[in-house]
This record gives sequence, C-alpha cells and structure tokens, in this order.
Amino acid sequence: MNISYIILIPIIPLAVFLLLGIFNQKIKPAISGYVGVFGLLASAVLSLYAAYQYFFVDGKVDGVYQIFVDKTVWMNFTETLHIDMGIMIDPISVMMLVVVSVVSLMVHIYSRGYMKGDEGYTKFFAFLSLFTFSMYGLVLATNLFQIYIFWELVGVSSYLLIGYYYTKPSAVAAAKKAFIVTRFADLGFLIGILIMGYYTGTFDFETLNNPEGSAILNWASTSFMGLSVITWALLLIFIGGAGKSAMLPFHIWLPDAMEGPTPVSALIHAATMVVAGIFLVARLFPMFYFVEHGFALNIVAYVGAISALFAAIIAITQTDIKRVLAFSTMSQLGYMMMALGVSGYDGHEGVGYMASMFHLFTHAMFKALLFLGAGSVIHAVHSNYLKDMGGLRKYMPITNITFLIAALAIAGMPPFAGFWSKDEILVAAFEHHKLIYYIGIFVAGLTAFYIFRIYFGIFWGKDKSYEHKPKESPLSMTFPLLVLAAMSIVGGFIPFSEFITVDKAGFEAHLNYPLATIAVSVGLVGIILAGVFYKKENNLADKWANIFGPFYKWASDKFYFDEIYLFITKKILFKRVSEPIAKFDRKVVDGTMVGIGNKTVQASEKIKGMQSGKVQDYAFAFVGGTVVLAIVFIYLWTN
Amino acid sequence: MDILSLFITVPILTILALVLSKGLKQARLISMVGSFIQLGMSINLVFAYFSERAINSDIMVFVKDVVWYKQFNIHYSIGVDGISVALLLLTSIVVLAGVLISWKIKDLPKEFFVSLIVLSIGVYGFFISLDLFTMFVFFEIAVIPMYLLIGIWGSGPKEYSAMKLTLMLMGASAVLLVGILGIYFNSNADGGALTFNILEIAQVNIPLDAQKLFFPLTFIGFAVIGALFPFHTWSPDGHASAPTAVSMLHAGVLMKLGGYGVFRVAMYLLPEGALDWSWFFIILSAIGVIYGAFAALKQTDLKYINAYSSVSHLGLVLFALLMLNKTAWNGAILQSLSHGFMTALFFALIGMIYERTHTRDITKLGGLLKVIPFISVIYVIAGLASLGLPGFSGFVAEMNIFVGAFQHDDIFYRIVTIISVSAIVVTAVYILRVVGIMLMGPVKNDSYLKLERVTWYEKSGILLLLIPIVGIGVAPLWLSNMILESLQPFIQGLL
Repeated sequence: MNISYIILIPIIPLAVFLLLGIFNQKIKPAISGYVGVFGLLASAVLSLYAAYQYFFVDGKVDGVYQIFVDKTVWMNFTETLHIDMGIMIDPISVMMLVVVSVVSLMVHIYSRGYMKGDEGYTKFFAFLSLFTFSMYGLVLATNLFQIYIFWELVGVSSYLLIGYYYTKPSAVAAAKKAFIVTRFADLGFLIGILIMGYYTGTFDFETLNNPEGSAILNWASTSFMGLSVITWALLLIFIGGAGKSAMLPFHIWLPDAMEGPTPVSALIHAATMVVAGIFLVARLFPMFYFVEHGFALNIVAYVGAISALFAAIIAITQTDIKRVLAFSTMSQLGYMMMALGVSGYDGHEGVGYMASMFHLFTHAMFKALLFLGAGSVIHAVHSNYLKDMGGLRKYMPITNITFLIAALAIAGMPPFAGFWSKDEILVAAFEHHKLIYYIGIFVAGLTAFYIFRIYFGIFWGKDKSYEHKPKESPLSMTFPLLVLAAMSIVGGFIPFSEFITVDKAGFEAHLNYPLATIAVSVGLVGIILAGVFYKKENNLADKWANIFGPFYKWASDKFYFDEIYLFITKKILFKRVSEPIAKFDRKVVDGTMVGIGNKTVQASEKIKGMQSGKVQDYAFAFVGGTVVLAIVFIYLWTN
Repeated sequence: MDILSLFITVPILTILALVLSKGLKQARLISMVGSFIQLGMSINLVFAYFSERAINSDIMVFVKDVVWYKQFNIHYSIGVDGISVALLLLTSIVVLAGVLISWKIKDLPKEFFVSLIVLSIGVYGFFISLDLFTMFVFFEIAVIPMYLLIGIWGSGPKEYSAMKLTLMLMGASAVLLVGILGIYFNSNADGGALTFNILEIAQVNIPLDAQKLFFPLTFIGFAVIGALFPFHTWSPDGHASAPTAVSMLHAGVLMKLGGYGVFRVAMYLLPEGALDWSWFFIILSAIGVIYGAFAALKQTDLKYINAYSSVSHLGLVLFALLMLNKTAWNGAILQSLSHGFMTALFFALIGMIYERTHTRDITKLGGLLKVIPFISVIYVIAGLASLGLPGFSGFVAEMNIFVGAFQHDDIFYRIVTIISVSAIVVTAVYILRVVGIMLMGPVKNDSYLKLERVTWYEKSGILLLLIPIVGIGVAPLWLSNMILESLQPFIQGLL
C-alpha cells in the first residue's frame, strides 16, 4: 500500500498554523477562517481516502490487516536507541485519523460562526490547526518517543486554547492547571519510556508489540520490588495516559478546562486529545496483555471503572452544563479504559479492545455534538448555568433535536451509536470481570439520568422569560450539528469488529440480547427518572438532594479533590519546600559566601596591626619564628 | 592569517576602530559590523569544519602552534573540534544579539562596547585554545571586563554585585590555577617534557594520586562559573545588577566556559580522577538542578527567576558530564548551546520589558500580551522552550541527558536521575507562573497601555536567538552528529 501521501495529512494543518501564526496581524479574519476550514477539509478528504484504501482496498493480506511504516531517524541516542519520525498505518491509527479529521473539520466550520467578531479570531484558527497537526502526529507515531513528542505538543495546544481568553484570570488558572497536572503525569510517562528503552533496547512500537519479540518474551528477566521492570514501565506510561485522559486522580484539570471556548472543549476535551490516553494503552496493548500476565492491564481496568463511576456521580450534581459534560467525558473515558482492561487477545476474546475503540469512535461523534449543542445554547442565552435555561426547544429546534439524538446515543438507546458500542463493552466486562460489569451497568443508568437531566433542564422545564429572545444559531453552527447527529445515528452500524481487533484478523460480533435488554432497561429507568424530576418544574430534585444530604454535598464539591491538590501544592510545595529553599539560598548559602568575604576583611583588619613599623616587633617575630622553625626541624630530623 | 586566529584579531581590530570612533552612533555601528563579521566567520567555520573533517580525522583540526614562552613550554596553540565549533557559533550569535539589544545605551557607549568585545575575545580564545596556560589567560580576559560592565553600567546594588561576582570567580580561578599547575607538573609522568598542551597531556598517564588530588580542584575551578551548587550565589545578584547585554553574554556564553572547561580539561586529562569523584559532584549537581528550580518558584524579580533557572539548567549540564557516557555528554553540549540561546533570549526580553515598564517585579506587571504582543509572544515561546517542549532545543538536550543517565543501572544513579528528571515539572510551574501573572490576565497599570512597540533592532536581536532554538529543536541530527563524532576520543580516554 502506498502511504507516502499520508504525510500530507499532518503537514497541511502545520502549514496553516505557520501561515496564520506568522502573519497573524496581516490576515483578515474572514480569510483566516477559510484558510483553516479548507486546510482541514483537505486533510479530512485525505484521511477518509486513506481509511477507504486501507480498510477496503489493500490493507489486508490473507485476511489480516497489515502494518505499514515509513520513518526516518530524527535523533540518535546510542547504538540501539534513537528517535524516529514517521507514520505508522494500522487499523487504530487509520480510525483515529478519521475521528480527528471529522470532528476537527466540524469544529472548524462551527467556530467560524461561534467565534465571529472575536478579536483573536485568526489566532484561534492558528491554535486549532496547531492542535490538529499535533494530534495527527500523535496517532501516526511509530515509537514511544515520537508519541511523547506529539503528546507534549497537544498538551501545549490545549494550554493555549484553554487560556484563549487570557485576560480572564479563571481561564489563565485553568490553562496552567491543565498543563501542570498533565505534565506531572507525563513525568511518569517519560520515566516509563526511559525504563522501557533501557531494558528492551527499543522505543519502536512494532518491535515492542511483537508477541514473539524479546521485549514481551523476556519480561521476567529483571524485576524491581516484586514486579517486572517492564510492568513498572507500563504502569508509569499508563500514568501519562491517565493524566491526558483525566482518569482518577489526575482528572482535576478537565472540568476547569471548560474555561476554553466551547468548540475547543468539543474538539480537544471531549473527542480527541483526551482519548490519547486510551489510544496509548491500545497502542501498547500486546505489551499490557502479555507482560506479567496482564498485571498492568488489570490496573487499567480498575482505574477505568472507578473513574467512570466517580465521574458519573459528580456529573449528576453539577449545575454548569459544560461541567456536566466534562464529567460525562471523564466517565465515558473511564468506560473505554475499563473495556481495554477487561479485553482478551485472540478473536472474540479481544472484544474489549474492539469495543473500546468502537466506543471511542462513537463517543467522539456524540460527545462533540453534545458540546457543540451546548455551545449553541450558551451562544443564545449567554450563560453556562442550568438555572438560566429552560424551555429552549421552542426557540432552537435544530439544536434541540440534535442534542436529543446525542443524549439518546450516550444513554445507550437503540438504534443510536452509543447503544452498539456500549453493548460491546458490557459484553466484554460480563465475560471477563463480573464486578466491573456491575459497575458498568450502574454507570449506564447514571449516564442516562444526568444527560437527560440537562436535556430536560435546557429544552423543557420551566418556561423562562428571556431578556433577549434566544434564537437558533446560524447555519455555520447548525450544519456541523446535523452532520454529527447523522454520525451519531449511523455510526453504530459500522461493523467495527471486522476492522479493528487486537489480532487484526477481525471477527463477527453479535448483539447479546439479554445483556442489551438489561442495559437498555437501566438506561430507560434513568431517562424516566430524569423526566419525572426535570421535565416539568417541580421540587422533587431538591427533596432528593436533601435525602442524600452530606453525600450530595461531597459529590457536588467533587469529593474535594481540588482542595487536596491545592493543599499539597500551596501549603506543602510552596510554603514548606520552595519558600524555605529560596530563604536558605539567600541566608545560608549566600550568607556563608558573604561571611567568608567579611571574615577575610576582618582578619586583614586584625593582622594589619602587625605591620606596626616598630623594629622591636619585627625582631621579636623574626627570632620567635626562627625558634619555632628550629624546633620543628629538629623534631622532624630526630624522628 | 589562519581561520581560527581571525576570531581573536577581528575583535581586536573592532576595538581599535571603536577607540577611534566618536559618539554612540559610530560606536554601535562599528560594534555591529564587527560582530556581524564574526558571525559570518563562525558560520563559514562550520562549513569549513565539515569539509576539513571529511579529509582529516585528527582530534582537532585547523591546528596551529606557536611557542609563546619557551622556558615553561607555553604555546599559543589552537585548534577546534565539533564541540568548539558549535560553541563559537553560539558566542558569535549571542554577541551580535547583545550589541543589537544595546542599541540605545546611554552612558559611555564607546567604553561599553569595548568592554563587551574584550569579553568576547576571552571567550573566543578560550574555546579555540589547546594550551592550558593560554586557555587560562583567555579565561581571565573573559572574567575581568565583567567587573567593569556590571560596576559601571549596572543597576541596583551594582558595586556589591560586581564585587561579589568577581571575587567568587577569582577565588575559583585561584583553585583552578592550582589544578592546572598540578596537571602541568605531572605531564612528564611518562618521561617526556613538561607541557601545557592538552592533546599531549591526554596521552600521558598521570599518576592516580595526582588525578584524585587535582580533579576536584580543576572541576570546582571551572564549575563555579557554571553555577555549581553551592557556589552559584554570585549569579542571581550578578545578573540582577548587570545591564541587559551583559546578562545575555554572561549567562548565554560565559557560564558555558564552566561546562566546557570541565569537559575539556578536568575530564579529558584526569579521567580516573573523574571516575573516582563523580559520585560526589553528581550529588551536588543533582541538588543544583532541583534546588534551582524550587528557588525560582518563589522569586518575583524576573532576573532572579532566570538566574535560578540557569542554576537548574546548568546543573543539568554538569550532571550530564558526570554521567561519563557519550549520550549524556552529547546532551550536555547540546544543553549548553540550548541554554545559551534561551537564556540570552530571556535576558533580552526581560531587558525590553524593564526598559518599557521600569520594573522587573512580576507582581506589578500583568496583561502584557495585550500591550506588547510581540515581546510577550516570544516570551511565551522562550518559556515553552525552557520547560523542554518538543520542537525546541531544550527538549533534544534534556532527552539526551536523561537517556544517557539511564544507562547506569545501579540504584544511586537511578535515584539522582529521577530527581533530575522531576525538575521538568517544577520548571513548568515556575515558567507558567510568570506567563500567567505577567503576560496574561488583565492589564494592571493603565500607563502600560501606551508602551512602546518593539523596534527593528530588538526584533532582529530576538529572531537571531530564536532561530537556532527552533532549528536545533526541529532538526537536531546534523548538530548532534557533529558533536558525537568529536566525543569519540574523549570516550576512548575514559575506557
């Protein structure tokens, strides 16, 4: 398969970024919007063509999808270790190309309407292009170091976009928090890479993932504190993934990241960048699965399941619709992690892996749609809070319908996309880990409840009288909504199990009717409860909140994770480490140096009296000195 | 005139022309032309080096040797390898940028530029010397003008800072001189004549006792100017009082003499001493890395932040050198270059901000992105480069250092390495803190709304420094190959 043209997919957004970034002041906003959209359109067309070519034309040899690699050495470390730059074409990277392209294109189009009149319009499109370039680089990476490089670049694009409204202190703080928390997790990632490189002698995915390769076969050769060093490396790498994908306990940056413009939340903090952690685990899946009998993979499963549950509970209590969606994202990401964690390897055993990628795909579509829909609402009522919304279905019919489609999809209602992927995840969990299955089914119920809570709260509920009558958003904003809604309807019918499996051979997936029935019923219960609580104005919700009492308060205060972090950083690191060091440096270290200087001056003050000019003093010193020397010499001589 | 001696003679001619010049306009024009020629020469040297390297496999190329003082066998002996070529390029870029940034210097412009160029002679001479004594002389030539530059053109408690800086560096020189003489008097251990020539001494097996005794002296002597903990305290005060161009040159170039000297003299000539002492200095340098970063976290003066950041970044250079392997050494040289460009850029930007707002206190600044966008954007870029973002030179250097350090697999090395790696998080915190407080947020002071936009000479100075940062960060292979090739003989000396 000829893959050389694929390099253009990341190059085009990079070129757009450089163009818009360097000539920021000179380009008219209207033009920069078009440059951004058409640049990305070109990349999207190429991505779709690549997907078509790979999946349907010549990606397969003997029924197995092949891996195509094109790379060049970028940096040499040692004889064996080097960083390559290149592109790697396999089922998951091609799928990610499609996800990134479609969502990014929709967000670009949407932003032309949403950001209209903003003074940083050109800058915004430049950053979006920078992000898209980095994300393409990340998914196409051929080795751990390359993925780390682009990992950092998506991180910085996220920083720049969260802090887009840079005069707003809360946006500045949120951007900083996002960068530092993920950077902290990336420290684990980097150390993991270093360990991996040292013990396996390679950073290359193909070599690492080879089930018959030395990296996997020799995992037991060195151990540290009872675990294989390779397991340690994988766990550290997973910390990096958990940071980007907002898994517990690194999730605290994601809700704050909602300070960024809404299209950014849709693209980066819902559909693409935050799935990088899941992608990373999937990318190294054979290692996770084989090394130490899947020890690290079990941890992935638990972290995913707990994060999914934890975030879904918090999502119920939030009043800012973007934060509800942020916690929802975290919860769904936990779902995907969990699916990877319970996956097997061969054929149908690997259903968890397939389901995770499937859910990643469908989630990207419906969650981007939810965010863009929320953006459309926020655009109309100029507030993020549920209390300022209600009854909007009359004013915004397209937003209403598309939001409803996305809500049904995330709630797992057939035949919408989320139903199919969620069903596969639950099948995988049911077959491999019952406890995780129960958590999964409970989270499914919570998901249906919180999403319809905001749906009813925004579009139904009390009929508010608005100061400015809300009106439907322009076509540039509703068009992406319609496209993504269509994807949320048909996305589930894609036969993922034929395209994306661990062994790349594909298998036939069947709907598991008993499990699907249970999942759908739980979802329906959630929706009906939400309807009872929120469809008409009533005080049932408050009553129930009171019944849960302190637990409700903990949940709405996000279980105090932010406070714990603040305590550690502000009270311990700043007050107890940094400040004392700064003082120590000035007072003790510098003090000693200055002290030596001063003592020298003092000493010379004292001994300068010896130069008294009196011959008697000199004679005394001379004779005394001679005597002392004589004694010393005689002593040395006789010994 | 050979290609290397020109690096000494052109600045001398520039100084002569400066002495004859009148007024600011002539002085700055002459300095700019002079440093521009220097830059051209060092770019030319890179190409000349590559073509010479293709046919000449000696350790040093363009070697020239003239007896200077026969009695002690002191020679004016010069030559370069890939490492010194790279550092010469760094020097010429920073000097030119420094001259551009000082375009509007008010007091005694002629004398200022003369001192600046004298300083650069010392640096150029140091990097091309192959004779220990000549090298030491150039080292002193580079350090002494610093006293005048800070004491006369500085700000704040300038006499105090200048005195502190000079005394500490002189103290280090004294220790260094003992070390160098120790090497000299042992250079006949294999029966030859006493010599100062580095290449000749490298062939001699200096007795183990002497190596163990003189390695720490030579190491500390050089490392003080490389801001080794706990001998770094001259640097925050010195930088804070120095005028912009001097801070740039000092942090960008002069502090690099430390790492280069450690590498070229202490480690190359006393390899067994290095093996014996490395654990001790590794601890000091690892402390410096993390300590500098934490100290930077609490500062409010921009120059102090950058000075402590330099302690941290240059601690990494010494740390890498002490890892005693090729990958880490490559990282150390790259980090020297990268830090040189970055920190010079930082000081240039700080100077521009100070000139406009008359403060360096970040708590008094705010929202500068809105009022001086160009300077602010470059500051953000420099910050990202400094925190090791891929695509900039710092990342390339740091990754070489970390991978190199990871080649040692006993627990001591693992612990110090992980401590040093952790600094990347603290670095991110102090950089983003400054960016958040100073550049973002609302504009704090209405008078800032009328700040002067960036001028052409400032812009060219900035771009001159930014280009190599991005260049090395995006395409590091040619530079790293050039350095790796030159590291080969040093590695062999060690084994």
